Amino acid sequence: MFDASSSSQLPNAPGVGYKPQHFADILESPAPVEWLEIHAENYMGLGGRPLAQLRHLAEQFPISVHGVGLSIGSEGALDGDHLARLKTLCDWLNPASFSEHLAWSSHENAFLNDLLPLPYTQETLNRVADHIDQVQEVLGRKMLLENPSSYLAFAESTMSETDFLRAITQRTGCGLLLDVNNVFVSATNLKLDARAYIDDFPLAQVGEIHLGGHDEEADDHGAPLLIDSHGAEIADPVWALLDYTLERSGPKPLLIEWDTDVPDWPVLADEAKRGARALAPSLALAS
Amino acid sequence: MITTQTDFRAAIFDPQMAVPASLTDGSEQPAGKRFNVYRNNVIVSLKEALSESFPVVTKLIGPQSFANLAGLYVRAHPPCDPRMMLYGAEFPAFLETFQPLQHVGYLADVARLELAQRRAYHAADATPIDPAIFGELPPEALASATVLFAPAMQIVQSSWPVLDIWQFNMTKDAPQPSAAAQNVLIGRPEFDPQMRAMPEGSAELITLLQNRTKLGDALETIEQSHPDFDFSALLGVLLQTGALVALTPSQ
Repeated sequence: MFDASSSSQLPNAPGVGYKPQHFADILESPAPVEWLEIHAENYMGLGGRPLAQLRHLAEQFPISVHGVGLSIGSEGALDGDHLARLKTLCDWLNPASFSEHLAWSSHENAFLNDLLPLPYTQETLNRVADHIDQVQEVLGRKMLLENPSSYLAFAESTMSETDFLRAITQRTGCGLLLDVNNVFVSATNLKLDARAYIDDFPLAQVGEIHLGGHDEEADDHGAPLLIDSHGAEIADPVWALLDYTLERSGPKPLLIEWDTDVPDWPVLADEAKRGARALAPSLALAS
Repeated sequence: MITTQTDFRAAIFDPQMAVPASLTDGSEQPAGKRFNVYRNNVIVSLKEALSESFPVVTKLIGPQSFANLAGLYVRAHPPCDPRMMLYGAEFPAFLETFQPLQHVGYLADVARLELAQRRAYHAADATPIDPAIFGELPPEALASATVLFAPAMQIVQSSWPVLDIWQFNMTKDAPQPSAAAQNVLIGRPEFDPQMRAMPEGSAELITLLQNRTKLGDALETIEQSHPDFDFSALLGVLLQTGALVALTPSQ
């Protein structure tokens, strides 16, 4: 069991998801961005520009490694080869944080390239906790587990997502990555109260907050169905939910995610500036 | 009733299959088209990944045809690895056996070229050889040497003018492809893969050298099958693409 009290090594400041097209801009005018997050799987080649850029950036910025392919919620065993590749990356890069998702994406030798949902049952809890134990043991570091965006629910679930995540942290000592946009998306889609979710979330275990844009569609009954697209500016109600969260959690490392239709650097830097303003009250209180 | 990951996966890949019954909208109603968010995320993201990896194939058959084709491919060959940079390894062979595109004979080789470029892009780094060594080594030392190539080096052999076709589609003012077979060498001097056509016999020579045959012996073998083999042209290609890393004369 890992010591859950050790805090993330990321600064309580805005960071962004790194996109190669922003390489020169980030080196020239990063403000207010103080740290970067990469998707682990994009840096599992053997050489070339991706690794050269990452080595260069890591000399100037704390880096968060965010996995999108480990499939921690898999019914089957974790992919040992993939875990070994994550270890190789974390060993040479020595990132300030490693995080993955409460989801599955691989099954029977196929990788589905999406974060697929899990029923919240005792059986899932046991399996996810075992997998997180294995990850933390192999990597030799504590990980953060991210709450998902949900578009549907499982009739077989026996506990709430917040109870599930709390139990996971208690069993494994892992920290949590709280994606505030995911909370808003899931709460809207499943007609839950987003603020009640935050109230019930183990905020002391949160090592990082994510914020991203979503798209709005409708389900069969005309009810709003929000899609976690990471392809737009962050919506105003999500910023409001962030304020509500930070009032309760205190300052946290805050990541802006923008993965599709990626804008030019100034647009992303503006979102990070808005993140810096959102963090300011909690930073003032904490000092 | 529960939904296993086997059930979930099957319904993702088969749009005709009913949504697994234990999935709800959170208010005890069936999930219905909410499930399509996952179907869409999986299938569309894989199709887009494939199209981004094969831009010239996409251009040659058109984005709409490519999307239809990719829909078939991603269901028949989902990735078996989370490293999406590797996705599409079976795509050239899939194109070769896809009946409706049999009239576009060169398509599979263009896909092979695009796949090889991507492999070169992500391959391990290596420092290209200093060309001065060719002036410094006496001829007998050169003949006795074994050769080390860069990990990024890739070879695509085609009975079509595959490099000309690629360039005609990707670079401005490129000439019309000529009707000749092309064997292509891809190397990566620093970060950007470079492609060059090689003289006939080059691929066979490189295979011999990769098997540690001495340069002089390998050249003799090639000259038997290709009496006019142009080694200096191949050497130019190897140096321009950074594919040559070391020459080690025998002691």
